[in-house]
Parts: sequence; C-alpha cells; structure tokens
Amino acid sequence: MKLSDITRLTELAAQRLPAALVTDLATGEQRIVTRDNAEPAVRAALEDDRSGEIDLSGRRCFVLVRNPAPRVIIVGAVHITQALAPMATLTGYAVTIIDPRRAFATADRFPGIALSNDWPDEALAALRPDARTAIVTLTHDPKFDDSALIAALRSDAFYIGALGSKKTHAARLERLRAEGFGDDDMARIHGPAGLAIGAKSPAEIAVSVLAELTARRRLKQAPR
Amino acid sequence: MTTRDDEDLLATAATWKRDGHGVAIATVTATWGSSPRQAGSQLIVDDQGRMLGSVSGGCVEGAVVREAMEIMADGKPRLLDFGVTNEQAWEVGLACGGKLQIYVERIE
Repeated sequence: MKLSDITRLTELAAQRLPAALVTDLATGEQRIVTRDNAEPAVRAALEDDRSGEIDLSGRRCFVLVRNPAPRVIIVGAVHITQALAPMATLTGYAVTIIDPRRAFATADRFPGIALSNDWPDEALAALRPDARTAIVTLTHDPKFDDSALIAALRSDAFYIGALGSKKTHAARLERLRAEGFGDDDMARIHGPAGLAIGAKSPAEIAVSVLAELTARRRLKQAPR
Repeated sequence: MTTRDDEDLLATAATWKRDGHGVAIATVTATWGSSPRQAGSQLIVDDQGRMLGSVSGGCVEGAVVREAMEIMADGKPRLLDFGVTNEQAWEVGLACGGKLQIYVERIE
C-alpha cells in the first residue's frame, strides 16, 4: 500500500465520501475507487458496506470498503451523554452532541466530541441524518426532544431512541400524534430507549442504549 | 464498514512510516466458518514489533507478525491461509474452527 494512497483515503474519509481500495491479489496492484468511477461490482460492495474478494474481468481482487463512519447524534449534553458519547466513539461511531444550553455542551465536559449549540431541528437539518445515523434524545425536555424527534422521524435514521419513563414516553407519542405522525412512525421510536438490563447508573444506561442501537444495526430481528 | 478505528489505523501506519519505520499492513480478505473478525479487518505492524488492530481474536496475530517482518524486508506481498487442522490450530491457536485468508503487504 502506498503512503500516497493512505493520504488519499484519509482525505476521502474526512469528507465523508465512500471509497474502496481495490487490490489485485495476484500482482499486488492497487487503486482507489470512489462512487463516481466504480465498476458495478465495486459499487455493489460499497452499497452493501462489505469488504471482500470479487472477480474483476477474470482477476481475483480484494475490495476494501471504506464508507464514512456511521453516526450517533445525541440530543442533550447530560450526564448519561458523558458516558454514551465516549462509548459510542469507541464502538466506531462519529458522535455529535446537540444542546442549545451552552452550559451543558462544553468542550470541558465532552473532550474531543463534536458539539452543536443550535436548536435540535436546525442542527439536525444541517447534519442531514441518513440510514447510517442513529439519533438519541436524552434531555427529557419536550421543547428539545420533540423537535429532534420530529426531525428524526422525517429522516432515514436507522435508530431513534428517546429517554424517559413509560409515562413520559406515552405523553410524547400523543404530542407527536397531534403533529400528524402515525403508528408506523411511532414504532420507529425506541422509548424508553435502551435494552431492559436493569440499568441504573448513567454509564449502565449508556450501555443499554448502545446495545439496543447495535442490535438495530446488526440484527435483522432486533429485540424490542 | 469504516469506523474511526480504521481511520486511526491507517493514519497511524502512515505516521510510523513517515517516522522512518518499516511498516506492514495485514488485511483479512476472506473468512469461512466461525471467525471473530470480518473481511476488511486490519492489523498494522512495524519493524520494532509494535502492532495495532487485529485480524483474529488474537489467535493468528503472532504468525502474521512473523510473516510481516519478512514482507517488510523483501517487499513482496503475500496471501496467508490459516486453516483448521488440529496441528495448525495447535501451532497458531485457531481454536474456533474457522478458516481465514490474510493479505499482508508493506507500506511503500
């Protein structure tokens, strides 16, 4: 692998552009492919997000897929977020925290994590969540969580989680219903967020949310 | 899939190389049966034996590092097979019963 190829792959990753490194396993020849110049088989590998061996005009090649990291967007720079953000980073997600309350979303509390002080609907409009994005609301405050959930439901986010008791969640769903969302939309929201593992501390709650989010991404039949 | 981990791995390999070290990169190209790391998983090794990442659950890394040292010296990329015979499993410790193929190359 050439140093210049690593530089190029790093640049593409920084721009969140999908790329593949194609290696001819017989000769060791390598080239970087992006979506613009990918032949169908490589494009399919990029779309499936799956590295592997393929046959390219009779040559046995290995395609190393380098799609942009999946994202976790957390609304609410609260105590649980201080556990969830580093855990999600470690799990391989690019994490962004949204909280208009500047006293909460500070670099001191969240070293090395991307922060936005915009209102959740504006911040989410700018971040444009896609099918490789999870959105978790943790503020408990309807004026933040609701606007985030409305934006989340209008996106392709693969996971939407909302913290709060069953009672809080029921009231939340009623408000969303009043906004015109239906049963299919409601079913997309994991609320209260997290697998039932008896989590008590902020870190344990973060584990349960991250576990549920992982199941949603990796299992065909995710536990509810 | 690319995680921030993968980005760090290649960036670290580049840093080691720029610092004047020989660096090899091992990539899982195919797996059969039970194996802990999927195709695309990577391990980087330098000429001092520093390593980062993984290509198995720690079962074949030792053997891969030995090959990587040779590849750093001669520059010829190699495709390594790790199988399931009991003797091999004893030798390189692939106890899970899976098979995997690993491409090892030098960073130029």
